[in-house]
Amino acid sequence: MLNEIFIKPFADMVAAPDFLMQVLWEGLVSGILYALIALGFVLIFRSSRIFNFAQGIMVVFAALTLVGLYEMGVPAWICVLLTLGVMFVLAVVIERVVLRPLVGQPDIILFMATIGITLFLIGLGEIIFGGENEVMITEELGIPTGDTVLEPFGGLLILQHLDITVVVVATLLVIALLAFLNYTQMGRAIRALGDDHQAALSVGISLQTVWVLVWFIAGIIALVTGIAWGARAGVSFALEVIAYKALPVLMLGGLESITGAIIGGLMIGILEKLFEIYWGQPLLGGNTETWFAFVLALIVLLFRPQGLFGERIIERV
Amino acid sequence: MKDSDGYVTADGRQIGGVLMEMKNITLRFGGVVAIHDISFDIREGEIRAIIGPNGAGKSSMLNVISGFYTPSEGEVWYKGSKRPPMRPYEVARLGVARTFQNIALFEGMSVLDNVMTGRLTHMKAGIGAQALWWGRARDEEIANRRKVEEVIDFLEIQHIRKTPVGNLPYGLKKRVELARALAAEPSILLLDEPMAGMNVEEKEDMSRFILDVNDEFGTTIALIEHDMGVVMDLSDRVVVMDYGKKIGDGTPDEVINNQDVIDAYLGVAH
Repeated sequence: MLNEIFIKPFADMVAAPDFLMQVLWEGLVSGILYALIALGFVLIFRSSRIFNFAQGIMVVFAALTLVGLYEMGVPAWICVLLTLGVMFVLAVVIERVVLRPLVGQPDIILFMATIGITLFLIGLGEIIFGGENEVMITEELGIPTGDTVLEPFGGLLILQHLDITVVVVATLLVIALLAFLNYTQMGRAIRALGDDHQAALSVGISLQTVWVLVWFIAGIIALVTGIAWGARAGVSFALEVIAYKALPVLMLGGLESITGAIIGGLMIGILEKLFEIYWGQPLLGGNTETWFAFVLALIVLLFRPQGLFGERIIERV
Repeated sequence: MKDSDGYVTADGRQIGGVLMEMKNITLRFGGVVAIHDISFDIREGEIRAIIGPNGAGKSSMLNVISGFYTPSEGEVWYKGSKRPPMRPYEVARLGVARTFQNIALFEGMSVLDNVMTGRLTHMKAGIGAQALWWGRARDEEIANRRKVEEVIDFLEIQHIRKTPVGNLPYGLKKRVELARALAAEPSILLLDEPMAGMNVEEKEDMSRFILDVNDEFGTTIALIEHDMGVVMDLSDRVVVMDYGKKIGDGTPDEVINNQDVIDAYLGVAH
Protein backbone atom coordinates (compact mmCIF):
# COMPACT_ATOMS: atom_id res chain seq x y z
CA MET A 1 0.00 0.00 0.00
CA LEU A 2 2.75 2.45 0.96
CA ASN A 3 4.45 1.51 -2.25
CA GLU A 4 1.31 2.42 -4.16
CA ILE A 5 1.10 5.83 -2.50
CA PHE A 6 4.69 6.97 -2.21
CA ILE A 7 6.75 5.17 -4.80
CA LYS A 8 4.77 3.81 -7.72
CA PRO A 9 3.20 7.11 -8.87
CA PHE A 10 6.58 8.78 -9.07
CA ALA A 11 8.10 5.80 -10.78
CA ASP A 12 5.28 5.97 -13.34
CA MET A 13 5.97 9.67 -13.91
CA VAL A 14 9.65 8.98 -14.62
CA ALA A 15 8.93 5.93 -16.72
CA ALA A 16 6.57 7.79 -19.09
CA PRO A 17 7.62 11.45 -19.18
CA ASP A 18 5.56 12.10 -22.31
CA PHE A 19 2.41 11.03 -20.50
CA LEU A 20 3.37 13.18 -17.51
CA MET A 21 3.69 16.15 -19.86
CA GLN A 22 0.26 15.41 -21.27
CA VAL A 23 -1.20 15.41 -17.76
CA LEU A 24 0.59 18.63 -16.84
CA TRP A 25 -0.62 20.31 -20.02
CA GLU A 26 -4.23 19.39 -19.38
CA GLY A 27 -3.89 20.59 -15.80
CA LEU A 28 -2.50 23.87 -17.06
CA VAL A 29 -5.45 24.41 -19.40
CA SER A 30 -8.01 24.03 -16.62
CA GLY A 31 -5.74 25.88 -14.22
CA ILE A 32 -5.59 29.01 -16.31
CA LEU A 33 -9.38 29.05 -16.61
CA TYR A 34 -9.70 28.69 -12.82
CA ALA A 35 -7.22 31.54 -12.43
CA LEU A 36 -9.15 33.76 -14.81
CA ILE A 37 -12.46 33.21 -13.09
CA ALA A 38 -10.87 33.66 -9.66
CA LEU A 39 -9.60 37.03 -10.91
CA GLY A 40 -13.20 38.03 -11.57
CA PHE A 41 -14.01 37.28 -7.92
CA VAL A 42 -10.94 39.11 -6.63
CA LEU A 43 -11.66 42.26 -8.65
CA ILE A 44 -15.18 42.59 -7.34
CA PHE A 45 -14.14 41.72 -3.81
CA ARG A 46 -11.29 44.23 -3.77
CA SER A 47 -13.33 47.11 -5.05
CA SER A 48 -16.49 46.53 -3.04
CA ARG A 49 -15.92 43.82 -0.39
CA ILE A 50 -18.62 41.80 -2.09
CA PHE A 51 -18.16 38.10 -2.54
CA ASN A 52 -19.83 37.69 -5.90
CA PHE A 53 -21.81 34.49 -5.72
CA ALA A 54 -23.25 35.27 -9.16
CA GLN A 55 -19.97 34.82 -11.04
CA GLY A 56 -20.87 31.25 -11.98
CA ILE A 57 -24.26 32.06 -13.41
CA MET A 58 -22.71 34.97 -15.30
CA VAL A 59 -20.57 32.40 -17.14
CA VAL A 60 -23.68 30.43 -18.07
CA PHE A 61 -25.61 33.54 -18.99
CA ALA A 62 -22.83 34.86 -21.23
CA ALA A 63 -22.43 31.53 -23.00
CA LEU A 64 -26.19 31.09 -23.46
CA THR A 65 -26.57 34.62 -24.81
CA LEU A 66 -23.78 34.04 -27.31
CA VAL A 67 -25.22 30.77 -28.58
CA GLY A 68 -28.79 32.10 -28.45
CA LEU A 69 -27.91 35.11 -30.59
CA TYR A 70 -26.14 32.90 -33.11
CA GLU A 71 -29.18 30.69 -33.42
CA MET A 72 -31.18 33.80 -34.29
CA GLY A 73 -29.00 34.12 -37.38
CA VAL A 74 -26.54 36.77 -36.25
CA PRO A 75 -22.97 36.34 -37.56
CA ALA A 76 -20.67 34.78 -34.97
CA TRP A 77 -18.35 37.73 -34.35
CA ILE A 78 -21.24 40.16 -34.11
CA CYS A 79 -22.67 37.80 -31.49
CA VAL A 80 -19.53 38.24 -29.39
CA LEU A 81 -19.83 42.03 -29.54
CA LEU A 82 -23.54 41.92 -28.77
CA THR A 83 -22.93 39.56 -25.84
CA LEU A 84 -20.33 41.99 -24.48
CA GLY A 85 -22.98 44.67 -24.82
CA VAL A 86 -25.44 42.51 -22.88
CA MET A 87 -22.85 41.95 -20.13
CA PHE A 88 -22.29 45.71 -19.94
CA VAL A 89 -26.01 46.38 -19.61
CA LEU A 90 -26.15 43.67 -16.96
CA ALA A 91 -23.34 45.41 -15.02
CA VAL A 92 -25.17 48.76 -15.20
CA VAL A 93 -28.46 47.22 -14.10
CA ILE A 94 -26.86 45.31 -11.22
CA GLU A 95 -25.17 48.50 -10.00
CA ARG A 96 -28.34 50.60 -10.28
CA VAL A 97 -30.90 48.18 -8.98
CA VAL A 98 -29.00 46.02 -6.51
CA LEU A 99 -25.76 47.61 -5.33
CA ARG A 100 -26.56 51.32 -5.18
CA PRO A 101 -29.48 51.00 -2.77
CA LEU A 102 -27.35 48.72 -0.57
CA VAL A 103 -24.28 50.97 -0.25
CA GLY A 104 -22.98 50.92 3.30
CA GLN A 105 -24.90 47.80 4.32
CA PRO A 106 -23.01 44.95 6.01
CA ASP A 107 -21.04 42.67 3.68
CA ILE A 108 -23.32 39.73 4.35
CA ILE A 109 -26.31 41.65 2.98
CA LEU A 110 -24.46 42.36 -0.25
CA PHE A 111 -23.42 38.71 -0.42
CA MET A 112 -27.06 37.70 -0.07
CA ALA A 113 -27.91 40.16 -2.82
CA THR A 114 -25.53 38.36 -5.20
CA ILE A 115 -27.31 35.09 -4.38
CA GLY A 116 -30.48 36.93 -5.38
CA ILE A 117 -28.85 37.96 -8.64
CA THR A 118 -27.89 34.31 -9.23
CA LEU A 119 -31.43 33.03 -8.77
CA PHE A 120 -32.79 35.82 -10.93
CA LEU A 121 -30.37 35.07 -13.76
CA ILE A 122 -31.15 31.35 -13.60
CA GLY A 123 -34.83 32.15 -14.02
CA LEU A 124 -34.26 34.75 -16.73
CA GLY A 125 -31.88 32.44 -18.61
CA GLU A 126 -34.42 29.63 -18.60
CA ILE A 127 -37.23 31.88 -19.80
CA ILE A 128 -35.21 33.31 -22.68
CA PHE A 129 -33.06 30.39 -23.75
CA GLY A 130 -34.86 27.36 -22.36
CA GLY A 131 -33.17 24.75 -20.21
CA GLU A 132 -31.68 22.58 -22.93
CA ASN A 133 -28.04 21.87 -23.57
CA GLU A 134 -26.56 23.84 -26.43
CA VAL A 135 -23.39 23.39 -28.42
CA MET A 136 -20.79 26.15 -28.26
CA ILE A 137 -20.24 27.78 -31.65
CA THR A 138 -16.54 26.95 -31.58
CA GLU A 139 -15.87 26.64 -35.30
CA GLU A 140 -18.04 29.59 -36.22
CA LEU A 141 -15.88 31.79 -33.98
CA GLY A 142 -12.82 30.64 -35.90
CA ILE A 143 -11.38 28.70 -33.00
CA PRO A 144 -9.24 25.88 -34.44
CA THR A 145 -10.41 22.37 -33.53
CA GLY A 146 -7.63 20.12 -34.78
CA ASP A 147 -4.65 18.90 -32.81
CA THR A 148 -0.90 18.87 -32.96
CA VAL A 149 1.03 15.74 -32.07
CA LEU A 150 4.48 16.15 -30.61
CA GLU A 151 6.85 13.34 -29.85
CA PRO A 152 8.94 14.24 -26.82
CA PHE A 153 11.12 11.46 -25.32
CA GLY A 154 10.00 9.22 -28.16
CA GLY A 155 6.44 9.27 -26.78
CA LEU A 156 3.25 11.07 -27.68
CA LEU A 157 1.98 14.49 -26.64
CA ILE A 158 -1.32 15.60 -28.13
CA LEU A 159 -2.10 19.29 -27.96
CA GLN A 160 -5.67 20.18 -28.90
CA HIS A 161 -5.71 23.42 -30.86
CA LEU A 162 -8.71 24.48 -28.82
CA ASP A 163 -6.68 24.11 -25.63
CA ILE A 164 -3.78 26.05 -27.08
CA THR A 165 -6.15 28.87 -28.04
CA VAL A 166 -7.67 28.86 -24.56
CA VAL A 167 -4.26 29.08 -22.91
CA VAL A 168 -3.10 31.89 -25.21
CA VAL A 169 -6.28 33.95 -24.94
CA ALA A 170 -6.62 33.49 -21.17
CA THR A 171 -2.95 34.35 -20.61
CA LEU A 172 -3.28 37.50 -22.70
CA LEU A 173 -6.41 38.49 -20.82
CA VAL A 174 -4.74 37.96 -17.45
CA ILE A 175 -1.71 40.01 -18.50
CA ALA A 176 -3.92 42.77 -19.88
CA LEU A 177 -5.91 42.89 -16.63
CA LEU A 178 -2.75 43.09 -14.54
CA ALA A 179 -1.40 45.92 -16.68
CA PHE A 180 -4.73 47.74 -16.50
CA LEU A 181 -4.87 47.46 -12.72
CA ASN A 182 -1.28 48.47 -12.10
CA TYR A 183 -0.45 51.06 -14.72
CA THR A 184 -3.60 53.03 -15.41
CA GLN A 185 -5.46 55.60 -13.34
CA MET A 186 -8.72 53.68 -13.62
CA GLY A 187 -6.95 50.54 -12.41
CA ARG A 188 -5.60 52.44 -9.44
CA ALA A 189 -9.10 53.73 -8.74
CA ILE A 190 -10.36 50.14 -8.60
CA ARG A 191 -7.68 49.10 -6.14
CA ALA A 192 -8.09 52.31 -4.14
CA LEU A 193 -11.82 51.91 -3.69
CA GLY A 194 -11.36 48.54 -2.00
CA ASP A 195 -8.95 50.03 0.52
CA ASP A 196 -10.88 53.07 1.72
CA HIS A 197 -14.21 54.40 0.47
CA GLN A 198 -13.94 57.83 2.12
CA ALA A 199 -10.47 58.45 0.79
CA ALA A 200 -11.52 57.26 -2.64
CA LEU A 201 -14.38 59.75 -2.70
CA SER A 202 -12.05 62.54 -1.61
CA VAL A 203 -9.78 62.04 -4.62
CA GLY A 204 -12.70 62.10 -7.02
CA ILE A 205 -13.40 58.39 -7.52
CA SER A 206 -17.02 57.66 -8.30
CA LEU A 207 -18.19 54.51 -6.58
CA GLN A 208 -20.80 53.90 -9.26
CA THR A 209 -18.42 54.11 -12.20
CA VAL A 210 -15.92 51.74 -10.63
CA TRP A 211 -18.60 49.22 -9.69
CA VAL A 212 -20.04 49.16 -13.19
CA LEU A 213 -16.53 48.73 -14.52
CA VAL A 214 -15.57 45.79 -12.29
CA TRP A 215 -18.86 44.01 -12.94
CA PHE A 216 -18.35 44.52 -16.65
CA ILE A 217 -14.83 43.09 -16.39
CA ALA A 218 -16.33 40.14 -14.50
CA GLY A 219 -18.77 39.85 -17.43
CA ILE A 220 -15.95 39.78 -19.98
CA ILE A 221 -14.21 37.10 -17.94
CA ALA A 222 -17.47 35.19 -17.76
CA LEU A 223 -17.82 35.28 -21.56
CA VAL A 224 -14.27 34.06 -22.20
CA THR A 225 -14.54 31.24 -19.65
CA GLY A 226 -18.00 30.44 -20.99
CA ILE A 227 -16.68 30.01 -24.52
CA ALA A 228 -13.64 28.01 -23.42
CA TRP A 229 -15.43 25.69 -21.03
CA GLY A 230 -18.53 25.50 -23.20
CA ALA A 231 -16.42 24.30 -26.12
CA ARG A 232 -15.24 21.36 -24.01
CA ALA A 233 -18.33 20.50 -22.01
CA GLY A 234 -21.30 21.99 -23.88
CA VAL A 235 -23.36 24.99 -22.88
CA SER A 236 -25.79 24.34 -20.07
CA PHE A 237 -26.53 25.48 -16.56
CA ALA A 238 -23.99 22.91 -15.37
CA LEU A 239 -21.29 25.34 -16.52
CA GLU A 240 -21.96 27.21 -13.32
CA VAL A 241 -19.86 24.59 -11.57
CA ILE A 242 -16.65 26.04 -12.97
CA ALA A 243 -17.16 29.10 -10.80
CA TYR A 244 -17.39 26.94 -7.70
CA LYS A 245 -14.05 25.48 -8.69
CA ALA A 246 -12.74 28.99 -8.24
CA LEU A 247 -13.69 28.90 -4.55
CA PRO A 248 -10.81 26.67 -3.44
CA VAL A 249 -8.58 28.79 -5.66
CA LEU A 250 -9.66 31.82 -3.67
CA MET A 251 -9.16 30.02 -0.37
CA LEU A 252 -5.64 29.15 -1.47
CA GLY A 253 -4.82 32.51 -2.97
CA GLY A 254 -6.73 34.72 -0.59
CA LEU A 255 -9.60 36.94 -1.69
CA GLU A 256 -7.39 40.01 -1.82
CA SER A 257 -4.51 38.87 -3.91
CA ILE A 258 -4.41 39.02 -7.68
CA THR A 259 -1.12 37.11 -7.83
CA GLY A 260 -2.64 34.62 -5.42
CA ALA A 261 -5.61 34.04 -7.71
CA ILE A 262 -3.35 33.33 -10.67
CA ILE A 263 -0.89 31.05 -8.89
CA GLY A 264 -3.69 29.36 -6.92
CA GLY A 265 -5.62 28.67 -10.13
CA LEU A 266 -2.65 27.13 -11.91
CA MET A 267 -1.71 25.09 -8.82
CA ILE A 268 -5.16 23.63 -8.41
CA GLY A 269 -5.55 22.89 -12.10
CA ILE A 270 -2.28 21.01 -12.28
CA LEU A 271 -2.37 19.29 -8.88
CA GLU A 272 -5.91 17.98 -9.27
CA LYS A 273 -5.00 16.47 -12.64
CA LEU A 274 -1.82 14.87 -11.31
CA PHE A 275 -3.67 13.50 -8.28
CA GLU A 276 -6.48 12.11 -10.41
CA ILE A 277 -4.21 10.30 -12.84
CA TYR A 278 -1.52 8.97 -10.50
CA TRP A 279 -3.36 8.48 -7.23
CA GLY A 280 -7.07 8.89 -7.80
CA GLN A 281 -7.68 6.42 -10.61
CA PRO A 282 -5.46 3.57 -9.42
CA LEU A 283 -6.24 3.89 -5.69
CA LEU A 284 -9.59 5.60 -5.24
CA GLY A 285 -11.56 4.61 -8.28
CA GLY A 286 -11.20 8.00 -10.01
CA ASN A 287 -13.40 11.05 -10.19
CA THR A 288 -11.31 12.79 -7.55
CA GLU A 289 -11.28 16.07 -9.46
CA THR A 290 -14.66 17.03 -8.03
CA TRP A 291 -13.35 17.18 -4.46
CA PHE A 292 -9.57 17.31 -4.54
CA ALA A 293 -9.35 21.11 -4.79
CA PHE A 294 -11.59 21.59 -1.76
CA VAL A 295 -9.61 19.17 0.40
CA LEU A 296 -6.39 20.88 -0.63
CA ALA A 297 -7.85 24.26 0.28
CA LEU A 298 -9.01 22.88 3.61
CA ILE A 299 -5.53 21.66 4.46
CA VAL A 300 -3.99 25.03 3.50
CA LEU A 301 -6.55 26.89 5.59
CA LEU A 302 -5.63 24.80 8.63
CA PHE A 303 -2.15 26.24 8.54
CA ARG A 304 -2.64 29.64 6.89
CA PRO A 305 -6.14 31.01 7.51
CA GLN A 306 -5.49 34.04 5.30
CA GLY A 307 -4.61 31.82 2.35
CA LEU A 308 -1.20 31.51 0.75
CA PHE A 309 -1.02 35.11 -0.44
CA GLY A 310 -3.82 36.88 1.44
CA GLU A 311 -3.21 39.98 3.49
CA ARG A 312 -1.94 38.98 6.88
CA ILE A 313 -4.42 40.04 9.49
CA ILE A 314 -2.53 41.89 12.17
CA GLU A 315 -4.59 43.25 14.96
CA ARG A 316 -3.20 46.31 16.66
CA VAL A 317 -4.05 46.58 20.30
CA MET B 1 -8.46 94.81 5.72
CA LYS B 2 -11.53 93.37 3.98
CA ASP B 3 -11.63 95.05 0.58
CA SER B 4 -12.96 92.97 -2.30
CA ASP B 5 -9.57 92.63 -3.97
CA GLY B 6 -7.87 91.04 -1.02
CA TYR B 7 -5.12 92.30 1.22
CA VAL B 8 -1.40 92.05 1.87
CA THR B 9 -0.21 89.99 4.83
CA ALA B 10 2.35 91.10 7.39
CA ASP B 11 5.01 89.02 5.64
CA GLY B 12 4.19 90.60 2.31
CA ARG B 13 2.10 87.90 0.58
CA GLN B 14 -0.69 89.14 -1.65
CA ILE B 15 -4.02 87.56 -0.74
CA GLY B 16 -6.60 87.54 -3.52
CA GLY B 17 -10.38 87.83 -3.69
CA VAL B 18 -12.95 85.48 -2.18
CA LEU B 19 -12.54 81.90 -3.44
CA MET B 20 -15.15 80.19 -1.31
CA GLU B 21 -17.90 81.60 0.79
CA MET B 22 -20.08 79.84 3.31
CA LYS B 23 -23.41 81.64 3.69
CA ASN B 24 -25.54 80.96 6.77
CA ILE B 25 -24.66 77.30 6.94
CA THR B 26 -26.75 75.20 9.29
CA LEU B 27 -26.28 71.45 9.67
CA ARG B 28 -28.61 69.23 11.67
CA PHE B 29 -28.46 65.54 12.41
CA GLY B 30 -32.00 64.78 13.52
CA GLY B 31 -32.46 67.01 16.53
CA VAL B 32 -28.78 67.76 17.01
CA VAL B 33 -27.57 71.03 15.54
CA ALA B 34 -23.92 70.52 14.62
CA ILE B 35 -23.50 73.86 12.87
CA HIS B 36 -25.69 76.85 13.56
CA ASP B 37 -25.96 79.65 11.00
CA ILE B 38 -22.28 80.15 10.24
CA SER B 39 -20.91 82.41 7.51
CA PHE B 40 -17.32 83.05 6.57
CA ASP B 41 -15.18 83.27 3.47
CA ILE B 42 -11.89 81.85 2.28
CA ARG B 43 -9.73 84.06 0.10
CA GLU B 44 -7.41 82.99 -2.63
CA GLY B 45 -3.90 82.24 -1.43
CA GLU B 46 -4.55 82.48 2.28
CA ILE B 47 -4.19 79.98 5.07
CA ARG B 48 -7.52 79.97 6.83
CA ALA B 49 -7.89 78.13 10.09
CA ILE B 50 -11.05 76.86 11.74
CA ILE B 51 -10.48 76.32 15.43
CA GLY B 52 -12.56 75.49 18.44
CA PRO B 53 -12.78 73.09 21.37
CA ASN B 54 -13.67 69.42 20.79
CA GLY B 55 -17.18 68.97 19.49
CA ALA B 56 -17.43 72.53 18.23
CA GLY B 57 -18.44 71.37 14.75
CA LYS B 58 -15.14 72.01 12.98
CA SER B 59 -14.97 68.67 11.23
CA SER B 60 -18.62 68.93 10.26
CA MET B 61 -17.82 72.27 8.64
CA LEU B 62 -14.95 70.73 6.70
CA ASN B 63 -17.24 67.92 5.60
CA VAL B 64 -19.75 70.48 4.33
CA ILE B 65 -17.03 72.21 2.33
CA SER B 66 -15.81 68.92 0.82
CA GLY B 67 -19.32 67.65 0.09
CA PHE B 68 -19.35 64.73 2.53
CA TYR B 69 -22.26 66.47 4.30
CA THR B 70 -24.99 68.49 2.64
CA PRO B 71 -25.96 71.51 4.76
CA SER B 72 -29.56 71.57 6.02
CA GLU B 73 -29.70 75.29 5.31
CA GLY B 74 -27.42 77.84 3.75
CA GLU B 75 -25.34 78.08 0.63
CA VAL B 76 -21.81 77.30 -0.41
CA TRP B 77 -20.42 79.74 -2.96
CA TYR B 78 -17.36 78.67 -4.88
CA LYS B 79 -15.46 80.72 -7.45
CA GLY B 80 -18.26 83.24 -7.68
CA SER B 81 -21.22 80.93 -8.14
CA LYS B 82 -23.52 78.95 -5.90
CA ARG B 83 -22.58 75.30 -5.63
CA PRO B 84 -25.51 72.91 -6.03
CA PRO B 85 -25.68 69.88 -3.69
CA MET B 86 -22.97 67.50 -4.83
CA ARG B 87 -21.42 64.17 -4.04
CA PRO B 88 -17.91 64.24 -2.55
CA TYR B 89 -16.25 62.95 -5.72
CA GLU B 90 -17.89 65.71 -7.75
CA VAL B 91 -16.62 68.33 -5.31
CA ALA B 92 -13.16 66.77 -5.59
CA ARG B 93 -13.30 67.20 -9.35
CA LEU B 94 -13.96 70.94 -8.85
CA GLY B 95 -10.54 71.25 -7.28
CA VAL B 96 -11.24 70.68 -3.59
CA ALA B 97 -8.74 68.23 -2.08
CA ARG B 98 -8.70 67.12 1.53
CA THR B 99 -7.02 65.05 4.18
CA PHE B 100 -8.73 63.25 7.02
CA GLN B 101 -8.40 63.45 10.77
CA ASN B 102 -7.95 59.69 11.08
CA ILE B 103 -5.84 59.25 7.95
CA ALA B 104 -7.65 57.67 5.03
CA LEU B 105 -5.03 56.14 2.78
CA PHE B 106 -5.07 53.10 0.52
CA GLU B 107 -3.11 50.88 2.89
CA GLY B 108 -2.45 48.05 0.48
CA MET B 109 -0.97 50.28 -2.20
CA SER B 110 2.51 51.79 -2.43
CA VAL B 111 3.18 55.43 -1.56
CA LEU B 112 3.64 56.17 -5.23
CA ASP B 113 0.31 54.59 -6.20
CA ASN B 114 -1.43 56.42 -3.36
CA VAL B 115 -0.14 59.75 -4.56
CA MET B 116 -1.00 58.82 -8.15
CA THR B 117 -4.65 58.44 -7.17
CA GLY B 118 -4.52 62.14 -6.33
CA ARG B 119 -4.23 62.74 -10.08
CA LEU B 120 -7.54 61.03 -10.81
CA THR B 121 -9.31 64.36 -11.01
CA HIS B 122 -7.05 65.23 -13.94
CA MET B 123 -7.89 62.08 -15.85
CA LYS B 124 -9.41 62.83 -19.23
CA ALA B 125 -8.73 59.77 -21.34
CA GLY B 126 -11.59 57.29 -21.53
CA ILE B 127 -11.58 53.89 -19.89
CA GLY B 128 -11.20 52.22 -23.28
CA ALA B 129 -8.10 54.22 -24.16
CA GLN B 130 -6.66 53.39 -20.75
CA ALA B 131 -7.38 49.72 -21.12
CA LEU B 132 -5.45 49.76 -24.39
CA TRP B 133 -2.71 52.04 -22.95
CA TRP B 134 -3.21 54.14 -25.98
CA GLY B 135 -2.48 57.67 -27.19
CA ARG B 136 -3.80 60.22 -24.78
CA ALA B 137 -4.01 57.77 -21.90
CA ARG B 138 -0.28 57.07 -22.15
CA ASP B 139 0.68 60.74 -22.44
CA GLU B 140 -1.51 61.53 -19.45
CA GLU B 141 0.00 58.77 -17.37
CA ILE B 142 3.49 60.10 -18.07
CA ALA B 143 2.50 63.70 -17.30
CA ASN B 144 0.77 62.59 -14.09
CA ARG B 145 3.79 60.61 -13.05
CA ARG B 146 6.02 63.66 -13.52
CA LYS B 147 3.77 65.83 -11.36
CA VAL B 148 3.59 63.15 -8.69
CA GLU B 149 7.37 62.81 -8.53
CA GLU B 150 7.54 66.58 -8.04
CA VAL B 151 5.18 66.42 -5.08
CA ILE B 152 7.03 63.44 -3.62
CA ASP B 153 10.31 65.35 -3.82
CA PHE B 154 8.73 68.43 -2.34
CA LEU B 155 7.42 66.58 0.71
CA GLU B 156 10.64 64.62 1.09
CA ILE B 157 9.18 61.14 0.89
CA GLN B 158 11.35 59.82 -1.98
CA HIS B 159 12.88 57.16 0.24
CA ILE B 160 9.53 55.45 0.83
CA ARG B 161 8.11 55.72 -2.71
CA LYS B 162 7.68 51.96 -3.17
CA THR B 163 6.75 51.09 0.41
CA PRO B 164 3.19 49.87 1.04
CA VAL B 165 1.50 52.60 3.04
CA GLY B 166 0.27 50.15 5.68
CA ASN B 167 3.86 49.68 6.87
CA LEU B 168 4.58 53.37 7.50
CA PRO B 169 4.67 55.16 10.85
CA TYR B 170 1.92 57.64 11.66
CA GLY B 171 3.79 60.87 10.91
CA LEU B 172 4.80 59.69 7.45
CA LYS B 173 1.29 58.49 6.68
CA LYS B 174 0.04 62.00 7.40
CA ARG B 175 2.62 63.32 4.96
CA VAL B 176 1.64 60.82 2.26
CA GLU B 177 -1.96 61.89 2.68
CA LEU B 178 -0.90 65.50 2.20
CA ALA B 179 1.06 64.45 -0.88
CA ARG B 180 -1.99 62.75 -2.37
CA ALA B 181 -4.10 65.88 -1.82
CA LEU B 182 -1.36 68.10 -3.25
CA ALA B 183 -0.94 65.94 -6.34
CA ALA B 184 -4.43 66.99 -7.36
CA GLU B 185 -3.12 70.57 -7.69
CA PRO B 186 -6.23 71.68 -5.82
CA SER B 187 -7.70 75.18 -5.88
CA ILE B 188 -8.35 74.71 -2.22
CA LEU B 189 -6.73 72.28 0.16
CA LEU B 190 -8.62 71.17 3.27
CA LEU B 191 -6.61 69.75 6.14
CA ASP B 192 -8.50 68.06 8.98
CA GLU B 193 -6.26 68.29 12.04
CA PRO B 194 -2.99 67.84 10.14
CA MET B 195 -1.03 67.84 13.40
CA ALA B 196 -3.25 65.57 15.48
CA GLY B 197 -1.37 62.92 17.39
CA MET B 198 2.07 64.13 16.36
CA ASN B 199 5.09 64.80 18.54
CA VAL B 200 6.72 68.23 18.60
CA GLU B 201 9.24 67.47 15.89
CA GLU B 202 6.62 66.03 13.54
CA LYS B 203 4.40 69.04 14.21
CA GLU B 204 7.19 71.41 13.26
CA ASP B 205 7.86 69.44 10.06
CA MET B 206 4.20 69.51 9.13
CA SER B 207 3.90 73.24 9.84
CA ARG B 208 6.88 73.87 7.61
CA PHE B 209 5.35 71.81 4.80
CA ILE B 210 2.04 73.62 5.07
CA LEU B 211 3.74 77.01 4.88
CA ASP B 212 5.96 75.84 2.00
CA VAL B 213 3.00 74.50 0.04
CA ASN B 214 1.19 77.80 0.42
CA ASP B 215 4.31 79.77 -0.44
CA GLU B 216 5.57 77.67 -3.33
CA PHE B 217 2.33 76.82 -5.14
CA GLY B 218 0.15 79.63 -3.81
CA THR B 219 -2.36 76.98 -2.71
CA THR B 220 -5.31 78.20 -0.69
CA ILE B 221 -5.46 76.18 2.52
CA ALA B 222 -8.25 75.75 5.04
CA LEU B 223 -7.24 73.79 8.09
CA ILE B 224 -8.79 72.59 11.30
CA GLU B 225 -6.81 72.43 14.47
CA HIS B 226 -7.50 72.57 18.14
CA ASP B 227 -3.92 73.32 19.15
CA MET B 228 -4.11 77.12 19.42
CA GLY B 229 -0.35 77.67 19.31
CA VAL B 230 0.11 75.96 15.95
CA VAL B 231 -2.79 77.81 14.39
CA MET B 232 -1.67 81.25 15.51
CA ASP B 233 1.72 80.80 13.88
CA LEU B 234 0.41 79.34 10.65
CA SER B 235 -2.72 81.09 9.63
CA ASP B 236 -3.62 84.39 8.08
CA ARG B 237 -7.18 84.46 9.38
CA VAL B 238 -9.01 82.32 11.89
CA VAL B 239 -12.64 81.30 12.38
CA VAL B 240 -13.42 80.24 15.93
CA MET B 241 -16.31 77.86 16.55
CA ASP B 242 -17.90 76.71 19.78
CA TYR B 243 -20.99 74.54 20.18
CA GLY B 244 -21.71 74.88 16.46
CA LYS B 245 -21.68 78.66 16.47
CA LYS B 246 -19.14 81.13 15.20
CA ILE B 247 -17.72 83.13 18.07
CA GLY B 248 -14.82 84.85 16.41
CA ASP B 249 -13.35 85.63 13.00
CA GLY B 250 -10.26 87.60 12.14
CA THR B 251 -6.47 87.65 12.28
CA PRO B 252 -4.83 85.52 14.97
CA ASP B 253 -4.15 88.62 17.06
CA GLU B 254 -7.74 89.81 16.85
CA VAL B 255 -9.07 86.40 17.72
CA ILE B 256 -6.79 85.73 20.64
CA ASN B 257 -7.94 88.89 22.38
CA ASN B 258 -11.62 88.16 21.80
CA GLN B 259 -13.37 87.61 25.14
CA ASP B 260 -15.76 84.94 23.76
CA VAL B 261 -12.82 82.97 22.42
CA ILE B 262 -10.96 83.16 25.70
CA ASP B 263 -14.09 82.00 27.52
CA ALA B 264 -14.61 79.09 25.14
CA TYR B 265 -11.09 77.86 25.60
CA LEU B 266 -10.92 78.43 29.32
CA GLY B 267 -14.37 76.95 29.82
CA VAL B 268 -16.73 79.58 31.20
CA ALA B 269 -20.19 78.21 31.99
CA HIS B 270 -22.67 78.75 29.15
